[in-house]
Amino acid sequence: MTSTPPPDVAPPRLTVPEPTAGVQGPPATAAQTKISVRGLSFYYGEQQALFDNSLDVPAGSVTAIIGPSGCGKSTHIRVYNRIFELYRDQRASGEVWLDGENVLAPGVDVIELRRRVGMIFQKPTPFPLTVYENLAYGLRLHYRVKGSELDDRIEQALRAAALWDEVKDKLHRSGSALSGGQQQRLCIARAIAVEPEVLLMDEPTSAIDPVATSRIEELVVQLKATYTIVIVTHNMQQAARLSDFTGFFYQGRIIEFGTTTELFTNPKQKQTEDYITGRFG
Amino acid sequence: MNGAVKVVSALAAALGLGFLAWILFVVLRHGAAALNWTFLTSLPSPPGGSGGGLGNAILGTAIITVLACALGVPVGLLAGVYLAEYGRGTRFATVVRFLANVMMGIPSIIIGLFVYAILVLPTGHFSGWAGGVALALLVLPVVARTTEDMLALVPNALRESALALGSPHWRATLQILFRASRAGLLTGVLLAVARVSGETAPLLFTALNSPYWPRSLSGPTANLTVTIFNYAMSPYPAWQQAAWGASFIITIGVLALTVVSRALARERK
Repeated sequence: MTSTPPPDVAPPRLTVPEPTAGVQGPPATAAQTKISVRGLSFYYGEQQALFDNSLDVPAGSVTAIIGPSGCGKSTHIRVYNRIFELYRDQRASGEVWLDGENVLAPGVDVIELRRRVGMIFQKPTPFPLTVYENLAYGLRLHYRVKGSELDDRIEQALRAAALWDEVKDKLHRSGSALSGGQQQRLCIARAIAVEPEVLLMDEPTSAIDPVATSRIEELVVQLKATYTIVIVTHNMQQAARLSDFTGFFYQGRIIEFGTTTELFTNPKQKQTEDYITGRFG
Repeated sequence: MNGAVKVVSALAAALGLGFLAWILFVVLRHGAAALNWTFLTSLPSPPGGSGGGLGNAILGTAIITVLACALGVPVGLLAGVYLAEYGRGTRFATVVRFLANVMMGIPSIIIGLFVYAILVLPTGHFSGWAGGVALALLVLPVVARTTEDMLALVPNALRESALALGSPHWRATLQILFRASRAGLLTGVLLAVARVSGETAPLLFTALNSPYWPRSLSGPTANLTVTIFNYAMSPYPAWQQAAWGASFIITIGVLALTVVSRALARERK
């Protein structure tokens, strides 16, 4: 017979989960977490597009965000650098912590935030300037550099984006005269020239031919040594090839987040499994 | 049936084009006869006299047009930037856009009367300044609306990528978006200039006219369009001849501006 506990002993207290961390400080996470998203919701006017997203992006890795069209993948990363604020009717609530600072808090220097968190878009967007001026524009925004120092930093960035050899003789020609794949690498060079910490890539290869795509994929793998990369892709093979971690989004919710190997070989959620096996999406 | 519509619409097009050609032909034929070096460089002859020229009016029109641009183009560009970049979706921008559209439709003689009331009456005299202000009011809404339209044509992806790089919005606008739409912006300005350089009504009440060289913009200032108005109705053959000459110069000037702006617009594509 088991002895019943004496009636005067208080029952064990229920462990109450911390209310959304952050009012007092960033959530306690592993040391290598670069970005912590907590309770992120997003609205296009009245229409809610993201529902209570929370995830941790590990530093120095590639995190892929996958999911069917319209599931909120792009919307999600467009909060990280607050680029959505260009549009009056778009609104985010919740928290996005970048190295312990909530980037959605009022008073954050958005200019400096965007220097630290670069972004590559779906279509290459070279500025209507020369190759050289495409990179010099960002550098002059954030640093007092000129002359040979500017030249050096532009060369470094173009080398880092694996573009230098192809454009070194046409630095002073129009950026839009390059091929699509080169233009996208120009955009990557432009983004890394200002020495960001995070690179957000919003379907960076969806408008580019397969050969150019594989060059950009190689580049992403090289760049992750230096930058934390978050890549949105509708291409599951690309996510599987490139990323260390993957989040699966569906209808504005994060259905599953984990290491890429785990998510693709042993998904915990039925919806994830259905999606990666091609049953919908 | 289709054939009939085709023929009728072709005739209508030919009719419109025919009148344009006729106007050009008449103006160029009569005008060319009046043109010579003296005409371009000297003062008008006294009533009834012969010889003389419209050098003062040519210079005056140039000065008033430049003044109108100096006043109207910067304000118009900035207003267009507000409408396209900062005020998108705001009620204020909607109101401003509506007013700009209304302002473009206001008959230019009303603008002339307005400037007469606010500048000429209080100062007690006609002036080149008042003429410049009246034309600037015509330039302003045209430049504002073209600037807005041209900036709206720039893909959002370009705007976003400049901002995502940490660019302040004003800098992205001036250095990236203006550059992307520069041909369109220049076209808008040139068309506005072409339009106002032929305006008469706003100048009748403001700059008036003058038989002298424009020495100061504080007094009545010679200009081509009011000269045409006065001379064409005068009984003196020499003045009537001079009015043709002035028409010729304005027509060629507007034609040249239009051709240049079309060429720029084509280059954009």
